[in-house]
Amino acid sequence: MAVTTHDVLVVGAGLAGMRAALAAQARGSDVAIVTKVYPVRSHSNAAQGGINAALNPEDSWESHAYDTVKGSDYLGDQDAIEVLAREAPAAIVELERMGVVFSRDEHGRLGSRNFGGASHARTYFVGDFTGQAILHVLYEQLVRSGIRTYNEFFCTQLLRDGGGTVSGVVALDIRTGEVHQFLARAVILCTGGIGRVFEPSTNALICTGDGDALAYRAGAPLMDMEMVQFHPTTLQSNGALISESARGEGGHLVNRLGERFMAKSAPNAMELASRDVVSRAAQIEINEGRGVDGCVLLDVRHLGAARILERLPQIRELALEFAGADMITDPVPVLPGMHYQMGGIRTDIRGATPVPGLFAAGECACVSVHGGNRLGANSLLETVVFGRRAGEAAAEFASGRPVPGFSESPREDEERRLRALVQRDGTGRTAALRLEMGRTMTSRVGVFRDGAGLAEAEAALRSLRERAGAVAIGDKGRLFNQALVAALELDYMLDLAQCVVAGAIARTESRGAHTRLDHPKRDDAHWLRHTLCYAAEGGPRVDTAPVAITRWEPKERRY
Amino acid sequence: MDVTLSVQRHNPDANPATWWQDYTVTVPDHATVLDALLAVRDEQDESLTVRCSCRSHICGSCVMRIDGRSALGCKTKVAEALRRGGAEGRVRVQPAGNMAVLKDLAVDLEGFFGKVRAVQPWLQPVGPEPEREYLVPNEAMLRVRDAMACILCGACVSACNSLEVDDRFLGPAALAKAWRFTEDPRDGHDRDRLEFLSSVPGGIWDCTHCFACVEVCPKDVKPMERIIELRRRAMDAGFTDNNGARHSQAFRDTIAHSGWLDETKVAVRSVRGPDELLDWVGVGARSFLRGKVPLRHKAIPGALRVTAIVSAAERTAAGSARGGAAAGAAPHGAPGHGPGSGGGSGA
Repeated sequence: MAVTTHDVLVVGAGLAGMRAALAAQARGSDVAIVTKVYPVRSHSNAAQGGINAALNPEDSWESHAYDTVKGSDYLGDQDAIEVLAREAPAAIVELERMGVVFSRDEHGRLGSRNFGGASHARTYFVGDFTGQAILHVLYEQLVRSGIRTYNEFFCTQLLRDGGGTVSGVVALDIRTGEVHQFLARAVILCTGGIGRVFEPSTNALICTGDGDALAYRAGAPLMDMEMVQFHPTTLQSNGALISESARGEGGHLVNRLGERFMAKSAPNAMELASRDVVSRAAQIEINEGRGVDGCVLLDVRHLGAARILERLPQIRELALEFAGADMITDPVPVLPGMHYQMGGIRTDIRGATPVPGLFAAGECACVSVHGGNRLGANSLLETVVFGRRAGEAAAEFASGRPVPGFSESPREDEERRLRALVQRDGTGRTAALRLEMGRTMTSRVGVFRDGAGLAEAEAALRSLRERAGAVAIGDKGRLFNQALVAALELDYMLDLAQCVVAGAIARTESRGAHTRLDHPKRDDAHWLRHTLCYAAEGGPRVDTAPVAITRWEPKERRY
Repeated sequence: MDVTLSVQRHNPDANPATWWQDYTVTVPDHATVLDALLAVRDEQDESLTVRCSCRSHICGSCVMRIDGRSALGCKTKVAEALRRGGAEGRVRVQPAGNMAVLKDLAVDLEGFFGKVRAVQPWLQPVGPEPEREYLVPNEAMLRVRDAMACILCGACVSACNSLEVDDRFLGPAALAKAWRFTEDPRDGHDRDRLEFLSSVPGGIWDCTHCFACVEVCPKDVKPMERIIELRRRAMDAGFTDNNGARHSQAFRDTIAHSGWLDETKVAVRSVRGPDELLDWVGVGARSFLRGKVPLRHKAIPGALRVTAIVSAAERTAAGSARGGAAAGAAPHGAPGHGPGSGGGSGA
């Protein structure tokens, strides 16, 4: 199986990838998925709180869209946000009919909960493991579809034909160590986020931004990479996430004096202000000495044991295990931690990137519906709405294009390159460099940033890039060479870290999750624009692009 | 804290044998076994293979055997493993059981997922789709939700005693998945599913009630209890023409009749007919030679009182779909396994 051909090839088997594959198949394409883990192992699993839609008759898609625009700090593209909000109700109903066991109200209809930054209770949920519940149902649909999945294949390169159109991928079969070529008339990247660029992060170990790096290297621009979400409530010991549903259900955030400090920065929404606002507030409490051992406290005790056990069972377990705190009887120490990338591969509202034949959806893509700050429960929504759209658009593109020509050389070249990489006499360990990168990013490119710190990060990344180029691979074998995969992932992540820093240096304002202490104000005159990073000699080349404004003119954000 | 991990290793590319390798690492007090393995991989031996991703027991990648017990590496604290019996500050780590080892702690999952696929694991409603969502009570969704908590990690399969002797058994994970659809009020193919699960080789009657899957499941899915419910529902639906259902019925009948288990009678009545009985002559002969088939049972004082307990239990359980675990546990421990093995109550 050194070469296989499909109409549409999806990279990644999380929610966006599976939804895209199903949509492309429904449009008549022969589809396959290439994924570096088995489908149900994807990080979509970790989404806890829910999925947004204006389904309730008292709610409206306009209200959902406006909340999202406001949440994005006006950096979201409003045409894309309109699509997201308009298509949300049908997307949720579709998931329900596929078999998702959404929570119900007393009439047996879908029941919703409150979430941050939302003016209605429009978050639909399955306990506090909504992502897992949806992921496994989409997997059920994938089984039903018979779509082929190539599991445990790591993509090392996008193939392009003479005209620059993407024509497949080269991938390492992790299990055997062989290199394969997958030809396709269209490729959809659904590879998730870049979490591991930071340390700590709520993200799974597989979230290494592979698709972002593949696209970037193939000439696609990465957009708004400086927009990194820090979730207000993560655990100190291992960075694990405590879902926003804890606050959605009525939980309080307090400092060491017992004050609900959100009263200062968001007197109306309090704990349910958008995440950037809450994270900044929590970080200020910690920085100014009103924290408890570097944390603030999340208190849900007043909800009572029954509600905690029904609505928040999984996070109670996590807090017990990793913070030693039982939410029923104790407040849980939490702090802001890296959680999500709002930026990513630039796409239009059909999921097409500027590179012909290349599509993207989900966290790796930037449509942009999240702009400077994503609202909770909009990410699952984005995966299914834009996953479907990308699948349909890719199927359409594929049907109008002949099967790409085949040449053996890319596979052979890649095989030689990887063999040389494994066998070289290197120095240093991948893991140590990854840790250094992650800690640098958290300390210099975290909740609060400034020009000097960003310049330090830039220099540190240059040094890391040099050392990573000479790192030793501690496994010389072929089977499951995870050391090789880790080195390739680090190589990807260094590109992405450089883009995050380049975007953060360029954006001399504070907007959404990007807070520059040396440029504390939002600057609509200059920066109501997206940043774009293109791969170039010696690091990213930064450009900008306008934001699509349809009906909501920027104004000051208050919660 | 310092911990020594004894890891069972295998790399068929270099060496057909398996070997044990010790690593000593320093980890924080709250570290999990996965944390310790990753510390080994990051700091000492990059060739050590372990699948992992989420670190918070939601992705199901890192199932392994820790001191012989199937578990997620990310859900087992090092300190806890040491307390539980790791000798001299040592934790023994092996790949998951009942699956072929590919390298070190990575096992072949193709068979596992193949069995999940075999139960047609997707919702199959009948009739016209509603305009919006299906209207179903929250309680019904919550019940199904408990099974949807399954992350398909395979800990139950790794620990399953039936699978150890018969790899055709669909296994606890796939059957818990199947249960989820028979329980979902939106699914319209209960009967087909129950018929399939009753008749397919390796179906619901091949579970031996050993509770191993219930004990090791990191998400408290209780696969065995769901298998018992599937059996009850299959029998209620009339799928009784199989050895498992016959065995279960015979089990109940002999106890209801005399208060004790007449294993010869159970064995004879579990099979389809005299021709099939011939297949079991060898087993019968061996059982007899080992003294497991007494020619005459001694009268047991008070045994008849058991029949009253059976009647009372059946009256209480009548119509209840949820009493399965208790009733099904009754035959637990019966040593003489006929075809199918100890079954749930047919009541």
